[in-house]
Amino acid sequence: MMQWNSLSEFLAMGGYGFYVWTSFGVTGLCMAFEVATLRRRYHLICQTVRAGQQPDKEHG
Amino acid sequence: MNTTGINWFRYSSLQAIYPLAGRLIPWFAGSALVCGLIGLYIGLGLAPTDFQQGQAYRIIFVHVPAAWMSMFLYVVMACWAAIGLGLNARPSFLMAQAIAPTGTLFTFLALLTGSMWGKPTWGTWWVWDARLTSELILLFLYLGTMLLHASIDDRRRADRAAAVFAIVGVVNVPVIYFSVQWWNTLHQGASVSMTAAPKMAAMMVTAMLIMMAAFWLYSVAVVLARVRCAILEREGQSARLRGQ
Repeated sequence: MMQWNSLSEFLAMGGYGFYVWTSFGVTGLCMAFEVATLRRRYHLICQTVRAGQQPDKEHG
Repeated sequence: MNTTGINWFRYSSLQAIYPLAGRLIPWFAGSALVCGLIGLYIGLGLAPTDFQQGQAYRIIFVHVPAAWMSMFLYVVMACWAAIGLGLNARPSFLMAQAIAPTGTLFTFLALLTGSMWGKPTWGTWWVWDARLTSELILLFLYLGTMLLHASIDDRRRADRAAAVFAIVGVVNVPVIYFSVQWWNTLHQGASVSMTAAPKMAAMMVTAMLIMMAAFWLYSVAVVLARVRCAILEREGQSARLRGQ
């Protein structure tokens, strides 16, 4: 059974909306940012590695 | 190749860790997402209102897991650092270094969500209380480990120096954990304890434990992903060619 009667009641969090949503929001954003940074780093390294392989292939 | 059982010595080499981590990451990431969604649904939707703190108490569903992970990850980082020093094993140092940024993130989040809870409940964003101060020191220990590693050019010396720093800093973790018992702090005592009955409604405990599982699974996935990046950077194409 949900604790809330309406969406606005849910968003207001009994007057603590700012504190509750900032906490959950910043936590979610930080995690998303960490994942995005790691994915970007991984793809950049892969590109560098692939670029580094090219001369070898030409020689082989 | 040995197919009858797991040859554990294989996993001490970077070339073996790389594909293993690659296979594990989707499982940890997927279950972290599922646990996170269930935890949020129970924590924000189903859990009852706290009669003392009103709806502000719901912050604990991110605050407690973040605080727990900040301490737990530091201990794990120090363990990998100790193994690295003891066995002179490069993969252990890589693990230790891969944990530090995620630990820093969770320490920052524990402090931030803590002050988000403190403002409406205590009336202040920050107090120099034992629990809060020791958690702030933890943030500096994480940052110190990373900065020390980054500031030394020679990789082996950087690994060892950062490892020693991390191991010395581990004394701070029991200080954080027991600070609410040792000193008369503003911070409340443990919400969930192994020895005593929970001080919260069963629904709240359930939500918190699921959120803790989500944060733990997330940490494993992210740390493994960072280890993969570090291996790829250090070993160049050899790891990738053999791994995939």
